[in-house]
Amino acid sequence: MSGRVLVGVKRVIDYAVKIRVKPDNTGVVTDGVKHSMNPFCEIAVEEAVKLKEKKLIKEVVAVSCGPQQSQETIRTALAMGADRGIHVDVSGKDYENLGPLQVSKILAALAKQEDAQLILLGKQAIDDDCNQTGQMTAALLDWPQGTFASEVSLEGDKINLVREIDGGLEHIKINTPAVITADLRLNTPRYATLPNIMDSLMNNETELHKPNHRTSLCVGLIPLFETVAPEDMQGGTDRSGAMLRHTVLQSGKPKRIILSCLCI
Amino acid sequence: RVNHECMSCTKRFAFLNWTEQHWKLTDQQKEFQQLARRFAQEEIIPVAPAYDKSGEYPFPIIKKAWELGLFNGHIPQEYGGMGLSIFDSCLITEELAYGCTGMQTAMEANSLGQMPVIIAGSDAQKKKYLGRLTEEPLMCAYCVTEPGAGSDVAGIKTRAVKMGDEYVVNGQKMWITNGGKANWYFLLARTNSDPKCPASKAFTGFIVDADTPGVQIGRKEMNMGQRCSDTRGITFEDVRIPKENVLIGEGSGFKIAMGAFDNTRPPVAAGATGLAQRALDEATSYALERKTFGKVIAEHQAVSFLLAEMVMKVELARMAYQRAAWEVDQGRRNTYYASIAKAFAGDIANQVASDAVQVFGGNGFNSEYPVEKLMRDAKIYQIYEGTAQIQRLIIAREHLGRAKK
Repeated sequence: MSGRVLVGVKRVIDYAVKIRVKPDNTGVVTDGVKHSMNPFCEIAVEEAVKLKEKKLIKEVVAVSCGPQQSQETIRTALAMGADRGIHVDVSGKDYENLGPLQVSKILAALAKQEDAQLILLGKQAIDDDCNQTGQMTAALLDWPQGTFASEVSLEGDKINLVREIDGGLEHIKINTPAVITADLRLNTPRYATLPNIMDSLMNNETELHKPNHRTSLCVGLIPLFETVAPEDMQGGTDRSGAMLRHTVLQSGKPKRIILSCLCI
Repeated sequence: RVNHECMSCTKRFAFLNWTEQHWKLTDQQKEFQQLARRFAQEEIIPVAPAYDKSGEYPFPIIKKAWELGLFNGHIPQEYGGMGLSIFDSCLITEELAYGCTGMQTAMEANSLGQMPVIIAGSDAQKKKYLGRLTEEPLMCAYCVTEPGAGSDVAGIKTRAVKMGDEYVVNGQKMWITNGGKANWYFLLARTNSDPKCPASKAFTGFIVDADTPGVQIGRKEMNMGQRCSDTRGITFEDVRIPKENVLIGEGSGFKIAMGAFDNTRPPVAAGATGLAQRALDEATSYALERKTFGKVIAEHQAVSFLLAEMVMKVELARMAYQRAAWEVDQGRRNTYYASIAKAFAGDIANQVASDAVQVFGGNGFNSEYPVEKLMRDAKIYQIYEGTAQIQRLIIAREHLGRAKK
């Protein structure tokens, strides 16, 4: 299998940052907050670069949909070993409304345009936890999908995949072209090296694309009503549960029972 | 009077220009800093306490850092290096030192050892000795200090006698960082036996392969802090060095050895700042968790004032090393700023680490908490690369020299 791999990389709030909800409850605070590449996207980039090093694919193209700052995320992918980047410029209100359906339409269009043989994505993003983009992209393209991949190997024009599912591990074989989403144990992403960081900043390997609004961004928007922080955790409480009440009544003496297993 | 005002005005303006340029890091500098920070968080910090206890040389970490290009940054690009500015190297150094100064010193010793070759080596010498450092994770060391001469470099007794096409070296060096792990050394030895000969002509700088017969490496010294760094005594017994390994020429050694410091003192100051920042961060997060007398201790003014003073010292130390690094990158002689930065950063690193232990209270004294290691590691910053007292001598000399003009 020769050819091009598209890797989706999403710019998200860094995993180590403490998230705060905006005072007007319209979302979370993103201004001035540290952002980085979604960890599952890093795993996807690493897998693509590994395939290129094994000479099983020819070119790794990193794609990111978002505002100007998404270019930093693409640069990280380039510094890890991707060959080129495509920045799909989405900003302002469009960016606020950008969700998996819109991104999958964009990726599907790009896959056709770039004649991609494989799309590698992270299984989900750590900000919205949707776990939808990979599946939707495959459906739009009518391509097979291998989601939650913990092992990927290419065999001719087929892909052997091990998927992490609730019951354990599932082994499947799918045709190419295909969409694969990376799970945690697929690999350990490499650090970008200093020379590669320098190169990624000096060479302008990133193209800018403007998406067609009517076909991509304005369909299937999900309105956001409110963002609220979860309640603070309360300590455990003493309870006399209904289940044990009959025991209490039977013995005739009220008992104070601490059901520690009910405390969350 | 007008001239004097003009001069101080233009000096202040130049500084403002500098601050406008440099309060903001370039994208490349930010990314370098991010990489080093992530490396420190994920690779160094988890294993640092274990290496401190065992004193084992952290070669796995050093190898990973080498693969990412996190040290040997000064080696010019023609010889396979990155040719980073001193400023950029300092940014990386501070982040690595935040993780563990023992590991960072092992890496920094490479910079010190290679600096004489970078500033004074011939093309052939640079190709041979700098080139190999970029091809494999090899270490080098700076061999100047002796058991009887540290600050008084002119008092070193190691002798190099010319015999035909070789120099025969005899003597003893001490406290050599990376002594037991180096592939080659920069060695300073006395070539002129006349005691009246001035220091500027009496010494010669050599590059010595560590496997040269006669090089006897001593035992690893057990130190108070930075314990995973390899520090040893080295004895030279009839060691023969080819004349091709002389830097510049006989008698030029003292200037080369001292010239290296203007480039390496800013990174050492950066290392001390990294340690101080770590101490400050640990103390701050503890102060926001620990409760006494009904509130978190950070809300008691005694503790918050302590933290405020720690903050002042760390921020000022950072500005000092950045200025010193920037000056040398601009091509100017930065001795004044480099000494100020190193003296200040070394002193505050000790103060801030000690204050951090204080904030932790009884817990701070205990090895289960990270701050006692910081206090032990900080001490050496007032000693190596020019003691606190030597720095003051240099600063006074520079300052009075300017005043007399």
